[in-house]
Amino acid sequence: MLTAQGLACLRGDRLLFKNVAFELSAGGLMYVLGENGSGKSSLLRLLCGLLTPEEGAVFWNGQAIGQDAELYQTDLTYIGHLNGLKDDLTALENLQFGARLAGNVVDNVAALKALTAIGVARCANLPVGVLSQGQKRRVALARLWLTRSKLWILDEPFAALDTASVEVLAAQLSAHMVNGGMTIITTHQDVAIQAQSTQTLRLSA
Amino acid sequence: MNEAWIIVLKRDLLLAFRRRSDVATTLFFFLIVSSLFPLGIGPEAAVLSSIAPGVLWVAALLAGMISLTRLFAADFADGSLEQMLIAPQPLALLVLAKILAHWIVCGLPVVLLAPLIGLQYALPNESLLVLVWSLLLGTPALSLIGAIGAALTLGVRGSGLLVALLVLPLYIPVLIFGAGAVAASQHGMSAQAHLSLLAACSILALVLAPLATAAALRISVE
Repeated sequence: MLTAQGLACLRGDRLLFKNVAFELSAGGLMYVLGENGSGKSSLLRLLCGLLTPEEGAVFWNGQAIGQDAELYQTDLTYIGHLNGLKDDLTALENLQFGARLAGNVVDNVAALKALTAIGVARCANLPVGVLSQGQKRRVALARLWLTRSKLWILDEPFAALDTASVEVLAAQLSAHMVNGGMTIITTHQDVAIQAQSTQTLRLSA
Repeated sequence: MNEAWIIVLKRDLLLAFRRRSDVATTLFFFLIVSSLFPLGIGPEAAVLSSIAPGVLWVAALLAGMISLTRLFAADFADGSLEQMLIAPQPLALLVLAKILAHWIVCGLPVVLLAPLIGLQYALPNESLLVLVWSLLLGTPALSLIGAIGAALTLGVRGSGLLVALLVLPLYIPVLIFGAGAVAASQHGMSAQAHLSLLAACSILALVLAPLATAAALRISVE
């Protein structure tokens, strides 16, 4: 269970949000909504522990996330608006590196299966630098087929994806929630995702 | 779980191999800077061999310096650094792997090339050997200390120059002991003391630099 209490975020001398609180339990999906610049990405980075909140705290299963960071990070998969891919490595190499760094043992077959699932198997042995934005995004998202972590935090996962990929991804997210996983997501698109419970957090500038 | 640092090391070496031109830039810089002095000063063996230790070591410092800004910048720009920060691994260990890769790619070639350059400076054989030893023991400290500077200036405009201003003063002890070792051997003295101190610098940096770099990275990424 992920709990946030009284979160406030200050960037420079601008207060992005304050008093943000929520509780997300197993099988739950949370949409973070708000206009551009309202602090959606900052909130997600804050929940990952990449940013320190100005006020408040985030708890994972009742324990502050900074207390046993490695434990929390094992349970966490974060895909930000940057893809975290190296242009000079192939899609397959990138995916394997990302998954292994997160502590998942991944062989070629499993990685190729993940790329196939999201429809970029053709690009498996191409350097990521030559791929299109949408293809890069899909290579980054392929990690979701390899990870075993419970909490997924995704920043605009549907941006740059074509309609078919959006559906594939939505199905994968739904499957994650059915298995008791949790997802926090920002999106501007209206995509149907099944979850045991759905909530919305609206940030106002 | 400890193998995560091996994965990072392998990835960085593979990336360096795919971008060989970047590595060549550093090496050619070292080669050209250290070859300029004999051309400018003239072929007098006595003068050349007396300035050799200082000049070669300064050239090695600068060559290591120009590649420092690349250490974390690319990972920062494409988001891989974020992923390393939230990986369930000790960040200092991952950072150490990146520094080791940087040294293998930028430090080790300089060490291997140095005796060849030393010949231009009419260094006697035993001094050439000491030069190689001093660089072998000293260049790891350069990569380690430099990493702190690179992490602190991450995402700052004009970071290249800023790194130089931050890190060059910290390189002074290494420069003194490194050049001192070669000079001592030229005067028929033992270089043992200088080499021991160089090794001490590297070991101290090995213990402290990864931790300091990891902390600096967390601040820079915020």
